[in-house]
Amino acid sequence: MSIVSPSTPSARSSASGPSSAPRLERRSGGMSNKPSILTTGILLIGAAYCLFPVLWVVIASTKSSSELFSTFTLAPSVHLFENIGDLFAYRDGLFLRWGWNTVLYAVGGAAVSTFVSAAAGYGLAKYDFRGKQLFFSAILAGVLLPAVILAIPQYLLFAKIGLTDTYWAVFLPSILSPYGIYLSRIYAGAAVPTEMIEAARTDGAGDVRIFWQFGIPMMLPGLVTIFLFQFVGIWNNYMLPYIMLGDDGLFPITVGLSTLLNQGSSQPAMYTTVITGSLVAILPLIALFFVLQRYWQVDLAAGATKG
Amino acid sequence: MTNPTVTVPAAPVPPGRRADRRRGSRTLHSGFYPYLFIAPAAVCFLSFMAIPIVYAIWVSFRTVKVSGLGLGSGSRTEVWAGLANYSAVLSDPEFLASARRALAYGAVLVPVMLGLALLFALLLDSRRARARTFSRLAIFLPYAVPAVISSVLWGFLYLRGTSPVHWLAAKAQVVLPDALSPDLVLFAIANIGIWGGTGFNMIVLYTPLKAIPSELYEAATLDGASEFQIATRIKIPMVLPSLIMTLVFSVIATLQVFAEPMTLRPMTNGISSTWSPLMKIYRDAFVQNDIYTASAGSIIVALATFVISFGFLRLVRGQAFAQESR
Repeated sequence: MSIVSPSTPSARSSASGPSSAPRLERRSGGMSNKPSILTTGILLIGAAYCLFPVLWVVIASTKSSSELFSTFTLAPSVHLFENIGDLFAYRDGLFLRWGWNTVLYAVGGAAVSTFVSAAAGYGLAKYDFRGKQLFFSAILAGVLLPAVILAIPQYLLFAKIGLTDTYWAVFLPSILSPYGIYLSRIYAGAAVPTEMIEAARTDGAGDVRIFWQFGIPMMLPGLVTIFLFQFVGIWNNYMLPYIMLGDDGLFPITVGLSTLLNQGSSQPAMYTTVITGSLVAILPLIALFFVLQRYWQVDLAAGATKG
Repeated sequence: MTNPTVTVPAAPVPPGRRADRRRGSRTLHSGFYPYLFIAPAAVCFLSFMAIPIVYAIWVSFRTVKVSGLGLGSGSRTEVWAGLANYSAVLSDPEFLASARRALAYGAVLVPVMLGLALLFALLLDSRRARARTFSRLAIFLPYAVPAVISSVLWGFLYLRGTSPVHWLAAKAQVVLPDALSPDLVLFAIANIGIWGGTGFNMIVLYTPLKAIPSELYEAATLDGASEFQIATRIKIPMVLPSLIMTLVFSVIATLQVFAEPMTLRPMTNGISSTWSPLMKIYRDAFVQNDIYTASAGSIIVALATFVISFGFLRLVRGQAFAQESR
């Protein structure tokens, strides 16, 4: 994960033979590898800046609402479990419901979106057909299209068919991901050999089965990346659910927390709930990012270089 | 940053891959199947993108005419408005002020965020840095935090009662200005965007750096290039295409700033209900119930975004060509 240095023949031989010592010395003398305080220091300052708000929310979640504004902001207290209990007890577990809704929108939406993108990208990469250029150009335009132009007409059209204020209002628009289709075309073009499809056809397999049995597994690492992008996109999208939903039982966590924050000015105790809710909401996400971090690395590189 | 789904550029193809690509681009012909594969995406595209856009354009040219006293169902009729909604939006001082704020916000956010992203990417790639894995993960971490929650966290860090900076200042008997005051709130919101977006852009820029063969550095070192020269003469030109694309996507995202100011609003009087163009459009549509002006407003924002991003792409393409011909 650190430096990319493909083991060159000279490096390999220098590591094995007894004559390696002088060579190694020359290498380290040529390209300075000695630690630099400045370089490391700047990186650590950046890391501290990025971690600080997270550290703060961890500490603030341990405070009672009276301590929040009265004790030093970085002084921890002992009320964490009390606060978590209050959070989950708020209006009969509304927060848990928001969490479940978020999973439904973000995980469910991203999964369906990834599948739709995979099929479309595979079709674009592996087949020639009338209208292919037109379809792909439309998708590319969609990549650069600001979402703002969509939110209001989507709401108006959904209102006409009675879909606003339902799960579908947030779920359905999240399925389309022009960028996912674009990436998927790149992955399919690079990972699925046309010869393989032809060979499988000769063996009597249908095109759909070939896609399902060979295409998807070959594209899988790329599909994980598409899934992650779409997942973050839905999880981050505040405007769509904010516009579409009125019933707070359908809210995702983000919209729910922002409504709680709105009540904070009249009920200061709500601030503690918002803070604890923020912590509980981001912890699983941060854990997920650490577990899946190699997909942000390897496949971004793969997607870029295999283009 | 609001819309991270679209932030990764397609970096240039290294020469070694070209043969692969030509082979892979051989395609199949079989009448019906490709349509089956693209059908779900095409249906979604029509339903959730094409039709809404056409509808928004249509609505933006319409308006409601109230006849008589405006009572009863027959008294309100939709009529053709021509460009009246557009001229109303473009002459609305609230909209123009929100547009100016969005541009100023972008002018603060984008250079700082991408500058930091590039700096951190170069430092991560430096052999002399330590604690690289830790720093990379820590700087990337805010990408997992959605804009609403990062605004909650930073909002409290700005509030006088919970801010450690104000606490330190009070100890030193200095009174600092309020970060959420009307004068400073733009920077306060930009900081939230910088915090949320730097790590992701850093990863996007770090990826092409890792692909540069280390022989190139060794050769440059033998020629006597310093690490700084390697960074400016080799590394930055290599990541330039990625940098240009992250720039375009960042600009698109900043012009649509919505979640951060909406979340911070209950914590301050410094953010009006029409602070950003999207907030103004939201208010037109859902508070004033004027979907006609709101539609015209969203199309103006979309067009402005297109003009800025395509204009910029043309500009840099011209420069890239100039460089090549030299």
